[in-house]
Amino acid sequence: MGMPSPFDGPGPDAEYRRLLTEGRFCVQRCRETGRHVFQPRVLSPFSGQPTLDWVEVSGRGTVYSTTVIRRRPEQGGDYNIVLVDLEEGCRMMSRVDGPAPAEIRIGLKVRARIARAKDETPIIAFDPDPAA
Amino acid sequence: MSGIRGTASVVGVGLSTRWEAPGRTALELMAEAVHVALADAGLRLDQVDGLLTGTAMHFMPTLSVAEYLGIRPRFLDGTMIGGSSFVEHLIPAALALEAGLCEVALICYGSNQRTASGRLVSGSEPQPYEQPYEPRHPITGYALAAARHMHQYGTTRRQMAEVALAARRWAELNPEAFARQPTSIEEILAARMVNDPLSVRDCCLVTDGAGAVVMVRADRAHDFPKPPAYLLGAAAATWHRQISAMPDLTVTAAAESGPRAFAMAEVAPADIDVVQLYDAFTINTILFLEDLGFCRKGEGGAFVEDGAIAPGGRLPVNTNGGGLSCCHPGMYGLFPLIEAVRQLRGEAGERQIAETELALVHGNGGQLSSQVTAILGTAATL
Repeated sequence: MGMPSPFDGPGPDAEYRRLLTEGRFCVQRCRETGRHVFQPRVLSPFSGQPTLDWVEVSGRGTVYSTTVIRRRPEQGGDYNIVLVDLEEGCRMMSRVDGPAPAEIRIGLKVRARIARAKDETPIIAFDPDPAA
Repeated sequence: MSGIRGTASVVGVGLSTRWEAPGRTALELMAEAVHVALADAGLRLDQVDGLLTGTAMHFMPTLSVAEYLGIRPRFLDGTMIGGSSFVEHLIPAALALEAGLCEVALICYGSNQRTASGRLVSGSEPQPYEQPYEPRHPITGYALAAARHMHQYGTTRRQMAEVALAARRWAELNPEAFARQPTSIEEILAARMVNDPLSVRDCCLVTDGAGAVVMVRADRAHDFPKPPAYLLGAAAATWHRQISAMPDLTVTAAAESGPRAFAMAEVAPADIDVVQLYDAFTINTILFLEDLGFCRKGEGGAFVEDGAIAPGGRLPVNTNGGGLSCCHPGMYGLFPLIEAVRQLRGEAGERQIAETELALVHGNGGQLSSQVTAILGTAATL
């Protein structure tokens, strides 16, 4: 038996979501370059080859940019959108829960948590890092 | 000579300036612009044998447009990279003309976004790793870029308001612009916030309207009624699709498309007489002035202060009033191109920049995702 083909079965998008359902926040790491990759992919953008393995990440990150989306109170009020740079070096869109949206600053240290999207699928949200 | 420098020329431009056109479809508006552009070029519709187009509301836009116009083009291109598509279309149009695949290339676009939806909406499919957080694209991506630019370089909301004010002052000189009432920095700064740090006045208009451009090979260009605008350089670049995948939110791929277009045109930023940038949001103008080399990275905010890009300033930018004050029918790329041609012809009326020989057009698409730079010039620049 050889290694399973990276082109067989459910792909990286499904695997990312399955891992989240198991309570694990994983991203891919390129085994040629050691660099972490998000979004989930079949080919490493660094090596150009299917050299990506799943690794669990620390969940620690830093807010790279932030915006407050203004929304009427009756529709739920203002909310934030952030881009977070994970400690491992890749970036994702998310939100920071806890502080008022306008209080979230670039550079804020955050910790990942598995939350639920509107449709109940697991997604990554962040909280301010109490250890930072 | 390198690339496609000087091989093709714009010989006809046309607009539908019905920026609010209840009861008119996108194709109806587009057909008006096509009619105006062909008349401008002294050509008939049945002479068009190359079609380059895109819309936000058709699955197969080139087919819908060809059928609607009643033409049977022998060259088709429907490259869809957002609002910059129509600047990018100059490249395949020039290549097809040079190769003899067509003789008359038509680039056209129309939208009824204002009367159809009334909002700045994206026709894009949701991005799976962004959508769960409910971004309001397109504005959210630009707000994130603006916030990062402010953090990293000290750019201020007042400097972004300078961009909006300059656009309005140009629009005051353009009888065809949609938003012409005089305004002030204070009024702009007091506007309602939408996605911090962008207020409603940092955002482009939502209008209806259409544009069309007719191109032929340069060796035929002198046979047409209007002075030709020669394509001297053009380049497209893309580094990402989703804003979360943009490597550095303060540097766009205009930093790549600009130098390639300048190299092909064999000119430098200091040679450019008039600049037309895709200003969907005020931060765009600042980013593109930096990335295209009109000022250094991080200095775009200071560059636009004190009316520097407004009428009478040091660099004329977006002389039609831009997407912020002239028009923005969903995708804007064709409109700065048409304004550049009018400036090169000396047809821009009160807002005409004297002795314009070289014009730069820069298109943007998606979430700062596609960047296309084109440089056009008069016969003297060939």
